[in-house]
Amino acid sequence: MIDTKSLTIRKAHDALVKGEYTCVDLATAYLENIKKFDANIHAYLEVYSDVLEQAKMADERIKNKDNVTLLTGIPISVKDNILIKGRIVSSASKMLENYHATYDSTVIKKLKEAGAVFLGRTNMDEFAMGGSTENSAFGPTHNPHDLSRVPGGTSGGAAASVAGDMALVAIGSDTGGSIRQPSSFCGVVGLKPTYGAVSRYGLMPMGSSFDQISPCGKTLEDVKIVFDFISGRDVMDSTSIEKPILNKEKTKLKIGIPKESMKVDGLDKVVLKNFTESVEKFKKLGYEVKEISLPNINYSLAVYYTLIPAEISSNLARFDGVKYGLQQDGENMVDDYFKSRQAGFGKEVTRRIILGTYILSSGYYDAYYNKANIVRDLIRDDFKKVFQDVDLILTPTAPSPAFKIGEKISDPLTLYLEDIFTVPANLAGIPAVSIPSGFTEIAGKKLPLGVQLMSAHSNEAVLFQAGTDFENQ
Amino acid sequence: MEIKDIEKLAKLARIDLTEEQKQAYLKEIGEILGYVDQIKDVVAKAGDQRRVPDLRNAVRADQASNITGENTDALVAEFPRKEGNYLKVKKILEN
Repeated sequence: MIDTKSLTIRKAHDALVKGEYTCVDLATAYLENIKKFDANIHAYLEVYSDVLEQAKMADERIKNKDNVTLLTGIPISVKDNILIKGRIVSSASKMLENYHATYDSTVIKKLKEAGAVFLGRTNMDEFAMGGSTENSAFGPTHNPHDLSRVPGGTSGGAAASVAGDMALVAIGSDTGGSIRQPSSFCGVVGLKPTYGAVSRYGLMPMGSSFDQISPCGKTLEDVKIVFDFISGRDVMDSTSIEKPILNKEKTKLKIGIPKESMKVDGLDKVVLKNFTESVEKFKKLGYEVKEISLPNINYSLAVYYTLIPAEISSNLARFDGVKYGLQQDGENMVDDYFKSRQAGFGKEVTRRIILGTYILSSGYYDAYYNKANIVRDLIRDDFKKVFQDVDLILTPTAPSPAFKIGEKISDPLTLYLEDIFTVPANLAGIPAVSIPSGFTEIAGKKLPLGVQLMSAHSNEAVLFQAGTDFENQ
Repeated sequence: MEIKDIEKLAKLARIDLTEEQKQAYLKEIGEILGYVDQIKDVVAKAGDQRRVPDLRNAVRADQASNITGENTDALVAEFPRKEGNYLKVKKILEN
């Protein structure tokens, strides 16, 4: 029996190369966990039928000592908006329910080369819009720590697959907190890399100036290993950048706490208490902690929910039922568009398309879109200035622990406020990681909490360093 | 904003809405716009500091990066309506 609960990439890798068990054994252990738990959790939209064949190929590589990497034979789950050639990829939407990817995303290409084993595609909010995975067209995912609660979103399936021991690591995406908030709700580690650090080629676009493919795992080290494999410049994504240096140990790290973030409306007392304890932990570890000011940070959500719908309405214009995806028959060609888009898109997607159309329409473009971009620049400047003084910024990841399924879904604006701490990093393009910071008990269930560390562009190294210190404390 | 504004946006976005959707979006989009309106005050205070973005267009040589026909079967397989290897669409021009 393989103890998947305490397994890390390095432990699994050592056992595989020593021959303690095979990639097939490892994959089988995860498939059995999926069989046991996923009927209740619903992290996966599809478990691939060829998992064991993939594992056999990895075993061959290990047997022949043929290009064995740390990820050879490692079982990974993939969010349903990342393309794997020949496999269905639906973004949890009726629009693409039966759509097969026609090429490999760069991330998948790199993971295939490393010999990773793909277990299946994980549930998400439709087209990565939401904060709870309740917007999936195929039903919500449940939090492994309390099945009556959401796992967070939009990468809820990714985080739940790791937290529920149904994948060793997961690949998700993060546009405004989509890997960090579910990681916080599920008690795992989620990294949103610097904008451009991971190629977006083959990731279905939502907000192209925000999206980043993001790894999720049980430990900082696991996340770092995956990030190391998938990052780097790619000719297929002109916004991609060179791989950052991942190991540069710095002593005497300085952490800033934005005073504005502590005054956020709706910040749960439990979260605040846990956050204060986390600050103390860092102090004990020898970190210098000081109050800082990001004067415009509390406008982040307003900026985000102006720019995001605008980018969405443009990006999702491609789904018209003509070349691929769902097609509904109308009276004529143009009517086909109207009917296909109505039948294919869910409520939240349509809401954002309509809102984005308004924001980009003549007469309002200047009032909303341009103004939001100006404030986005101000927020970027605030961060730049602060990072001349501190190495890291610490905030809670989410204002509350995981909420109940159905609790917030009826009011879009309330759900948007969930992203208050995570959105700024996407606006500024800086890296950020959510790390587990303990639990709170509600109605007899232990619910995980998380804190978020942010750092300057391409300085993931300091996130890994501080995160690992915190994790080992 | 009124129902007719929502209808106009839906037309621009090429999407049919039910009556129920129109009512719901009218209310919700109104609330969201009310919330995001606060950025106008910031810009009024800070001034219109529009800048040239850091990111520039990246260009590559105008050469095909794939072998002719290598993706044809996969792409054609996804066509909702087809005839042979052709994508079939409805008539656009009326007589």
